[in-house]
Amino acid sequence: MAEVKVIGSWSSPYTRKVEMALKMKGVEYDYIEEDLKNKSPLLLQHNPIHKKVPVLLHNGKPIVESMVILEYIDEVWEGPAILPKDPYDRAMARFWVKFIDDKCIPPMWKACWSVGEEQEKLKEEAKQGLKFLENEIKGKKLFGGDNIGIVDHAANFIAYWFPITADFVGLQRLMTEEEFPNLYRWADDYCSHTFVKENLPDKDGYIAILKSRYRSIIIWHYLSLINYVTFLVRSPHAFPIYEYEFK
Amino acid sequence: MSKVKVLGFWYSPFVARVKMALKMKGVEFEYVEENIRAKSELLLESNPIHKKVPVLIHDGKAIVETMIILEYIDQTWEGPPILPRDPYHRAMARFWVNFIDEKCLNTMLKACWRTGEEQEKWKEEAILNFQILENEIKGKKYFGGDEISVVDHAANFIAYWFPLISWGRMELVTEDQFPNLWRWSSHYCNHPFVKDNLPPMDVMIPKFKPA
Repeated sequence: MAEVKVIGSWSSPYTRKVEMALKMKGVEYDYIEEDLKNKSPLLLQHNPIHKKVPVLLHNGKPIVESMVILEYIDEVWEGPAILPKDPYDRAMARFWVKFIDDKCIPPMWKACWSVGEEQEKLKEEAKQGLKFLENEIKGKKLFGGDNIGIVDHAANFIAYWFPITADFVGLQRLMTEEEFPNLYRWADDYCSHTFVKENLPDKDGYIAILKSRYRSIIIWHYLSLINYVTFLVRSPHAFPIYEYEFK
Repeated sequence: MSKVKVLGFWYSPFVARVKMALKMKGVEFEYVEENIRAKSELLLESNPIHKKVPVLIHDGKAIVETMIILEYIDQTWEGPPILPRDPYHRAMARFWVNFIDEKCLNTMLKACWRTGEEQEKWKEEAILNFQILENEIKGKKYFGGDEISVVDHAANFIAYWFPLISWGRMELVTEDQFPNLWRWSSHYCNHPFVKDNLPPMDVMIPKFKPA
């Protein structure tokens, strides 16, 4: 029995970054795909508070939350460093991870699934965050310097998942090459990095998942015209698709 | 000129955690009181993105955000560990600090400051979060076990600040519902090291207690 297991979701950027970190360290593990609509007793037992993926199980002990997991992997196993060694550089890496997770990704994701004025507001909010990232990546190949680091992992959604999702829903002019040339270049470098390329979910597979999620939005709207009207006027906070399951 | 500076507000639970961590490590530092209505050039330069306290300045380099500062202090200076040394226990400590900072504080403050139906919704969520903490502290003197830990310090606002803010507005953390959290609060606030480093109650009351 493998002493390392990952409970995750195939399409999740958070699951993928954990798997990439383990692979970078050369750690063998068992992967368990979780059905987020029908959560397993295993997941509920090991992440009873948040009930989310990814979960790392090491010798039966669960570690949850992707950034906590990445720091754990870096501390436990030898191999290429995920975080910088220098205390100040580590502090800066942690700062950017938190910034990306708190200020960039939520408005970018929510903008994909909202409409009208609410969407414009979220786009503005996302752009404010991206401007700081644009500055940070200037003159650097990757956020981690020459090698992929924890900040690159934190921003994987921005590099890969976001462009596909935005394209699918028809969201325009949030992260354009004109406005964010350095981030664009970084996203390209990140996604074509030999190691990353082999470990991303294929685009068609991800789009299929978006389609099935989109179908549920349409059905939800038809089933309740009142809800549809209220959705258009109210904040989309009540909108079920808002929450993404993985972290 | 001091090599280590802390920029803060005297009444901030986050600043208190940073000051306590430096004292634990025996690090001498200069404390600079900021004015929330007139933030200094130094603060705005050191934390241009968030413009918040606490900020730790070490040899001219600024480190921001409380938990990031605490981890930096732990790695930079010798002395009693702020986070557990064992990787699994460190991961658990980071998990609980995240939970307290991101879920508990957020819902508690919204429960205090919102009104009507929204307030009820936040109160319910805050109570659920407290129940999780109540469960976690059962059978333990501190969240860190027999010794105070970074998780106890993360929850300092529950022990010391929140009772003042919520006083007269509502009863959220009652002794009947949360006997273990109450017991922990008392241990925490009376711990000799903590007691010497919390802002005194006689200045806290006029600041926080509703009129």
